[in-house]
Amino acid sequence: MHLNRRHFLGTGIAASALLTAPTVWGQAKPKVVVIGGGAGGATAARYLAKDSGGAIEVTLVEANPVYTTCFFSNLYLGGFRDFESLQHNYDKLAGGGVTVINDMATGVDRAAKTVTLAGGQVLPYDRLVLSPGIDFKDGSVPGWSLDAAEKMPHAYKAGPQTQLLKKMVEEMPEGGVFAMIAPPNPYRCPPGPYERISMIAHVLKQKNPTAKIIVADPKEKFSKQALFEEGWNKHYAGMVEWIGPDFGGGKVEVRPDAMEVVIDGEVTKVDCCNVIPGQMAGKIAALAGVTDDSGWAPVDPATMKAKADENVWVLGDSSAQGDMPKSGFSANSQAKVAAMTIRGELTGSKTFPAKYSNTCWSLIAPDDGVKVGASYEPTPEKIASVESFISETGEDAALRKATYEESLGWYAGITADMFG
Amino acid sequence: MRRSLVALALCLALGPVPGAAEAIGDAERGATLFARQCSACHQIGPEAQNRVGPRLTGIFGRQAGSLADFNYSKSIVRMGADGLVWTLETLDAYIANPKALVSGTRMNYRGMAEATDRADLMAYLRAYSDRPQDIPESEPTARKTDPALSPEILAIQGDPAYGEYLASECQTCHQADGSDQGIPSITGWPAEDFVVAMHAYKQKLRPHPVMQMMAGRLNDEEIAALAAYFATLQ
Repeated sequence: MHLNRRHFLGTGIAASALLTAPTVWGQAKPKVVVIGGGAGGATAARYLAKDSGGAIEVTLVEANPVYTTCFFSNLYLGGFRDFESLQHNYDKLAGGGVTVINDMATGVDRAAKTVTLAGGQVLPYDRLVLSPGIDFKDGSVPGWSLDAAEKMPHAYKAGPQTQLLKKMVEEMPEGGVFAMIAPPNPYRCPPGPYERISMIAHVLKQKNPTAKIIVADPKEKFSKQALFEEGWNKHYAGMVEWIGPDFGGGKVEVRPDAMEVVIDGEVTKVDCCNVIPGQMAGKIAALAGVTDDSGWAPVDPATMKAKADENVWVLGDSSAQGDMPKSGFSANSQAKVAAMTIRGELTGSKTFPAKYSNTCWSLIAPDDGVKVGASYEPTPEKIASVESFISETGEDAALRKATYEESLGWYAGITADMFG
Repeated sequence: MRRSLVALALCLALGPVPGAAEAIGDAERGATLFARQCSACHQIGPEAQNRVGPRLTGIFGRQAGSLADFNYSKSIVRMGADGLVWTLETLDAYIANPKALVSGTRMNYRGMAEATDRADLMAYLRAYSDRPQDIPESEPTARKTDPALSPEILAIQGDPAYGEYLASECQTCHQADGSDQGIPSITGWPAEDFVVAMHAYKQKLRPHPVMQMMAGRLNDEEIAALAAYFATLQ
């Protein structure tokens, strides 16, 4: 298959060399391959196809034919969304001129400018966009590996793991113990673990009010901490115990078979345990050789181009760009800068200075929403925060309700922006 | 002797309520304007009732959309929840162009263009606020400023191509097809309303923190470019 294609392309180059006007050759359309169909990849593919008006051949490679958003999956855990509401297919993207291939990218040859898929297909590219999200670091939580994820789910890539965690929470015995092993920085969705604690506390308060929640955390502090702690005291008094590094939250071992958690030498029997391990860029970024020792892929702040290769862009969670949090909103924002700069390079369209932004909403209890956000601009060193805001403690119920409703609007907006 | 002079000066500065109201504008002329342009929908005074529009007694210092017995538009309730309180400044902006300050308001009024007319009207309205002494002109939040934009700003022809790129940032939340779920639609707005609204956020007249931040970093040309683009969206 790919030999034929190469042969064909070779003929094309030879033929166009003979012609004085190579533009008559249809195959001269530039090719962009996008790996990963989440907030970064789907947005980049959609904007490239839409804004180039068919002048660029855009191929999106995504393993799952139906995508489940990680953002809002906590609301599913809390019973505020059904699972189907998190799921989106790629039909509209395909209808909008993107070639969608449901396969796994297994290799990138940056010298030959090709991507190899698990199914054996080889895709040539002029520009490559990598937006593969996260993978977990082996050994970051002693005793845990992906093999243990059926006993102690991570539920940090939305899908069956999220459904498993919900089922386990609902099946906890009366007065049982839920434990979360929170991740070290940097990781996907900074307020995510703590919104999750809120959602699980909400479920337990109704079904199992004498249950306890323990959070073992290697971090001194966490995103929106004052807001979450205020909310936990207000809505779930006495239920949540947060153990920071001063109290051994960073010295943790788990025993999935025995359903035990060891925090600073103290063994606790648990009924449900959510292990959110340390993270790194999605595997394909490392295979492509664009990551550094940190496990993330450094990028140029003005374009999102990988520092390792001028024909490769890295978006979203996988990129190391500076101040932006790893979030769906950030990935979507970065994708628009990437699409604009790629289009400029390939078609000569006008380019503009990059602007980035992010807002993260979190739900603490019914109609009790909070948010944090910032705007960003590129500097020579990094993407730097320009201005920021955060919800305040003690806000009235009407504002918190409006914030929650705004988050619903955002979900509808960003998923329309990603998937069409 | 010296002390009593100071006391007298203070009395003059704070003054009795009618005096303070007169400092805003001509309340008598405001009463005529009210009768002609507002009274078909609004009542004001101790016996005022809600009609098509809410009663305006005690409007100053009140959170927008906060009368329990009036059925407001979703937009104005949301603005109130976000922190919009009626002061000389915010009310002036609202009367000048209601839909520019509160996009989805049901107040079907084209706006009062003349700054002196608005000042006179507010001088009249203010006499019926419960505690007008709480909002002396010296209070920063009540300082009357003219939010009207210079003709130069309104005349800038935006670059729709730049607008299209900038708009991609808006469309993470505001859906291009005009759907309105928790976040208002901005599709198909007249360009001038769009420019006025964005400058109102930039000047922090409109209360929403995300929008204040987004508008805050856009320059006049960028706002014009966005307005040009959104005006063309169907």
